[in-house]
Amino acid sequence: MKNRRFLLPAATAGILALTLSACGGGGGGTTGGGGGGGDAGANLDGRGPITYVQGKDNSNVVRPLVEKWNAAHPNEKVTFKEQTDQADQQHDDLVQNFQAKNANYDVVDVDVVWTAEFAAKGWLQPLKDKMALDTSAMLKPTVDSATYKGTLYAAPQTSDGGILYYRKDLVPTPPKTWDEMMSMCSIAKANNIGCYAGQFTKYEGLTVNASEAINSAGGSVLNDDGKPNLNTAEAKAGLENLVKAYADGNIPKEAITYQEELSRQAFQGGKLLFLRNWPYVYNLATTEGSSAVKDKLGMAALPGKDGPGASSLGGHNMAVSVYSKNKATALDFLKFMTSEETEKFYATQGSLAPVLGALYEDKDLVAKLPYLPVLKTSIENAVPRPVTPFYPAVTKAIQENAYSAIKGEKPVDTALSDMQKSIESAGAGS
Amino acid sequence: MATELGPTPVTRPASGGTELHHAPKGVGEDNRLKSQGKWASWLLAPTIIALGIVIVYPIISAIVMSFQKDAGLDPATGLFVQGGPAGLQNYVNWLAQQCASPGGGTVACPPGTLGAQFWSATATTFFFTVVTVAFETVLGFWMAMIMARTFKGRSLVRAAVLVPWAIPTAVTAKLWLFIFAFEGIANKLFNTTILWTGSEWPAKWAVIIADVWKTTPFMALLILAGLQMIPAEVYEAAKVDGASAWQRFRMITLPLVKPALMVAVLFRTLDALRMFDLPYILTGGANNTTTLSILVISQIRQGFNAAAALSTITFIIIFLVAFIFVRFLGANVVEQSGATPKGKK
Repeated sequence: MKNRRFLLPAATAGILALTLSACGGGGGGTTGGGGGGGDAGANLDGRGPITYVQGKDNSNVVRPLVEKWNAAHPNEKVTFKEQTDQADQQHDDLVQNFQAKNANYDVVDVDVVWTAEFAAKGWLQPLKDKMALDTSAMLKPTVDSATYKGTLYAAPQTSDGGILYYRKDLVPTPPKTWDEMMSMCSIAKANNIGCYAGQFTKYEGLTVNASEAINSAGGSVLNDDGKPNLNTAEAKAGLENLVKAYADGNIPKEAITYQEELSRQAFQGGKLLFLRNWPYVYNLATTEGSSAVKDKLGMAALPGKDGPGASSLGGHNMAVSVYSKNKATALDFLKFMTSEETEKFYATQGSLAPVLGALYEDKDLVAKLPYLPVLKTSIENAVPRPVTPFYPAVTKAIQENAYSAIKGEKPVDTALSDMQKSIESAGAGS
Repeated sequence: MATELGPTPVTRPASGGTELHHAPKGVGEDNRLKSQGKWASWLLAPTIIALGIVIVYPIISAIVMSFQKDAGLDPATGLFVQGGPAGLQNYVNWLAQQCASPGGGTVACPPGTLGAQFWSATATTFFFTVVTVAFETVLGFWMAMIMARTFKGRSLVRAAVLVPWAIPTAVTAKLWLFIFAFEGIANKLFNTTILWTGSEWPAKWAVIIADVWKTTPFMALLILAGLQMIPAEVYEAAKVDGASAWQRFRMITLPLVKPALMVAVLFRTLDALRMFDLPYILTGGANNTTTLSILVISQIRQGFNAAAALSTITFIIIFLVAFIFVRFLGANVVEQSGATPKGKK
């Protein structure tokens, strides 16, 4: 009987132990900070088989390219390791393998917002001297997104920028500035539809939209030294644009629940006059049977203060791991994967925006992807999302406070100063 | 079988007895027990080692990590450097909601940092736990009572009830996200224009509704197992004595199902305390739906060591809850569940 008394507590403890190991599992490693120093100089001339790591190859662009490379380089074959299609999981997988100094993760595909973090951890091979890469033909903002503290750490591979979609049938000429767009909201009212929407749910998309608002008004989230710079009149004007538009109904109430897809569906259903979204909307809105805006879809650059606005930059960069044994091969592969021919293939096969400026004027491509000229303006004026090794903390700070401000729970000034303090605190956490 | 061997050496010394020891009875039994214990520990060793690797090592390493500082940035090189020992600082930071200050030292965490959310996340976690477990217990009991009856199509009902439990939580969350969208079916059905995931109380209720929908079947199943342990004769006897349906429920069903019920409630409580996927996908933790687990996962991306401290705190909180359950609410359960099968064995 006495023994039985302890059976349940013991079982409970067992369950709890499992609980904790589930919680602590993600943290089961130590930070490999600053370990890159020695590794960055090693194996620069190494040649041989390498592995390329990337998230799920949904539109089947990577495999044909790898096959093409392998046919031409029988002694330096590339193995393609495919991750999941979840960005968070891809990030965590890379972190774990870098921490383990896995030499088999030679070339990795990194989201633009992870580049600074990985570079600061010392995991990415600086692309200079022997490893230098020519980026002169690439659009400058894409190169900036791969640059940390003045050093290039990755090769821009694909890009992405925000586009203002509008209703051609209701708006004869698209607005160039935010104020102009707001003045057109009377058209929306007259037609009984919502005026403008972006993505305002509390998630990464809100960081994109809020930074765009701040950058477009001439402000910036971080200054050139990577320190927060939000207590400025420009930043205030930018965030206030969103707050005001939400308060007076120019941004419909339900936009606070919008992620990319919900906002696209609302626009496609004919319920919005203007929509800020990524290029992928074009194909769906013009081809899907249920689309109410098939022949009424217009595209323009995002509106700014007195000209095109500053889009946030999406896309991916390719980097070489410092732990790679065959860095010479890796660099060649990097060049191959960012060559003009490859970039063109990305665009035609996977609708991925190229990083080479010249391709945006390529006639064949423009015929296939009519949004390219608009997208070029967008990307040329784009500002990379804050380039900082503390990106996860920075994006949280922006989301949390922009969300409260837009919902009117917090004055814009307070929201910005809280944002400022939160980002300062993240940078001070040493 | 082993006990029969005990006295034999004494009864057959004449049979030559070459292999058997002729030691006095007491010593032989002692040796045998000893070798048996050795045997047992050899057999148990693989399990113990496996448990050690899978459970003990991660826990210890998480706790060790929680006493280290997170890596900081070297301003000159822009590279991360190891943080060094932190003592209890990580724990103090969470509990007192203190964050690093740019001037050195700590300040109260500004809104927008994870540190500022610790107590609100704790409150949210407990709120969700209490409300969802209460709903699930009542609904689960009701469903179990229905499933325990014999009627046509019973197996169909049992299978149908299990469907929500069989769907992965992430899928459930996505499903409910569409239901609770502004243009979603919930608003259409009730002809409302509620921003389900966009304001505080609707968001909380959205999470609760989805969680109850998903986990009530689990509760029902555990309670059903308890109900089926109650012998039918007890009810028949009560009927003969003229007990009403309510009396039978209160005086027979409830006390006899209590052990199973308490275990079910305990399991669900521990489970609910680490709720993650549902609010994470449904609301992204907005509008005060951030639970402790969401906080841990977010923190892992910002710094492992502070995250290790937070997961240890979460562990202690859950452990305390479980302890209170077993000690004060469950003590009875253990004795009763020990007593009932004893009669049968």
